[in-house]
Amino acid sequence: MIFAPLVFFLLLIGGPAFAGPPASPDGFRVFDTPNDAGKSLSLVWKASPSDSKDRTVQVWAAEFPPAVFKKVAEFPSNTRYVRIGDFPWWAQPAGKGDHYVKLPSSQAFPIEDGKPYTVKLLTHEGTQDVWSEAAEGVSAPNYFNLAQVNNLVFVLAFTGVLLGSIAAARRNPHIYLRRIAGLDAVEEAIGRSTEMGRPILYLTGSGGMSDVSTIAATVILGQVAKKVAHYETTLKVPHRDPIVMAVCQEIVKEAYVEAGRPDAFKEDTNFFITDDQFSYTAAVDGIMLREKPAANFFMGSYFAESLLLTETGAGTGAIQIAGTDSDHQLPFFVTTCDYTLIGEELYAASAYLSREPVLVGTLRGQDFSKAFIMGVMVIGTALATAGVMLQTDAFNYFLDLFRDFK
Amino acid sequence: MIFLKRQLPLAITFVMGVAFALQYYIPHPVSEEAITKVSDWMKIISGFALVLGIASVFHVHAVKIRRQAPGWGYSGVLFAAIAITMAVGFWSGGESKADGAQTAFGWLYDYTMVPLQGTMFSILAFFIASAAYRAFRARSPEASVLLVSAVVVMMGRVPLGQFLVPWTWNVTQWLLNVLNSAVRRAILIGVSMGSVGLSLKIILGKERSYLGGGKDQ
Repeated sequence: MIFAPLVFFLLLIGGPAFAGPPASPDGFRVFDTPNDAGKSLSLVWKASPSDSKDRTVQVWAAEFPPAVFKKVAEFPSNTRYVRIGDFPWWAQPAGKGDHYVKLPSSQAFPIEDGKPYTVKLLTHEGTQDVWSEAAEGVSAPNYFNLAQVNNLVFVLAFTGVLLGSIAAARRNPHIYLRRIAGLDAVEEAIGRSTEMGRPILYLTGSGGMSDVSTIAATVILGQVAKKVAHYETTLKVPHRDPIVMAVCQEIVKEAYVEAGRPDAFKEDTNFFITDDQFSYTAAVDGIMLREKPAANFFMGSYFAESLLLTETGAGTGAIQIAGTDSDHQLPFFVTTCDYTLIGEELYAASAYLSREPVLVGTLRGQDFSKAFIMGVMVIGTALATAGVMLQTDAFNYFLDLFRDFK
Repeated sequence: MIFLKRQLPLAITFVMGVAFALQYYIPHPVSEEAITKVSDWMKIISGFALVLGIASVFHVHAVKIRRQAPGWGYSGVLFAAIAITMAVGFWSGGESKADGAQTAFGWLYDYTMVPLQGTMFSILAFFIASAAYRAFRARSPEASVLLVSAVVVMMGRVPLGQFLVPWTWNVTQWLLNVLNSAVRRAILIGVSMGSVGLSLKIILGKERSYLGGGKDQ
């Protein structure tokens, strides 16, 4: 009887030593990894209370019919769980807290689509090994990523809001636009250049035509060129990308035609320099120093050349207007330019300058979407905080709707 | 003619825009192959477009030389540099290295282009100093706040500053991770919305001025 407390104590402190051999993983299954490009299998099994870092799980796989099994992965049994944020609730491959392992194709064990594979688990602890039942799975590529369905819904909703705003703007074209000092100054800059008899320099940035900011820059160029045509001032547009140059040539030509001054258009308004970053910068700096343009426009995306360009322009005394979505370059533009269009103002510029109801309407649509995002951020922050404080996952049903799942 | 100048480009823009927006949601290899193929096409088109660029360079500088405009001698230097680089490039088979040794073409690039690029980039340090001097003049309360924050951040980012004034490290981290990040995220959300908005306008044909003026209806 006096040994009973001792035995109980030993059982208490040495529990695992008396826990017996590791059990075979419960509910083990293998299936095609959902929402992927194929060549991958997913493994799922139930978590066990006896999972520990000392107990390891080995994944052994073979082509079907089973030939030689190969060890393809090994990890402690208390790892690889399905965690919050890994998958959305509407596309979860396993229950919360279950073990989940993605087995991608590798050199050691290539997985081909449409071919069956057999997988089994070996639970190892100390000197004891326990094999699971073998499970079969076939990998296949998917045509739709279900985890991103929320993203698609929001894109469609945003498109609907934009089209609705455009329709509303057609019915009522008098939409208030807040003043953007940088765009109001365009007229002033062109007028100044005309008075001083100096050219206007317009840069479309470092991007190609696939960059949205470059497209925005070319659209603004059209509006600027129209005003330049009215004033009969010289416009110079040096380029880094020949495709952008070709597009800008058409835009400027059309702008002169629309302004009723096709005769004033010069073919060499747009010209190519080089696609090399610093060679281009050196050439443009040279133009600034030799020809002393009275107004410099820097629109589009920029990298390290931004300050080299704008500081040289500031040194020549030109009025400088910049517009970029390159957030890292914004401090340089703000420091050295008279006016800077920050981020989205670059995209709003064509609507602002043209006052076209259709384009202005889209700005209202964007504002509605931003208001929605701000609301979601406030509610989401509150719910996520409440979820942590109350230790509940209930709010994730809402929060998952706004997460980006790859 | 209006079909080729307007309707066809708009139709191509719509089809390709929708296809590549949907591509984001399709993980199937067919979708990946499509985007790879289009990227290849873009490279080929860029190759042809380079001819336009070279023609433009020749035109601009030939006119300068013909008119003997100020600085026309530099245009002559440009043509000489193009001719020499092309001759050396052909002679080296377009390779910068052959059998582990540097070719004349590689030498030309490493000992002319690279130092020139490095020189331009290094000028940035002086430009930053002069721009910073202009920005940090404490003329207004806002400029004073900028000046103080900049001094703290500079102290917190260099080892000597951290050694002399240890608290600047924590303040710097707070300034960068809280204030700076918050503002950057706000700008990025605006940029993203604007970018998606402009993309949709282009795909749906509401924004057409990139095709060359005309009415945007």
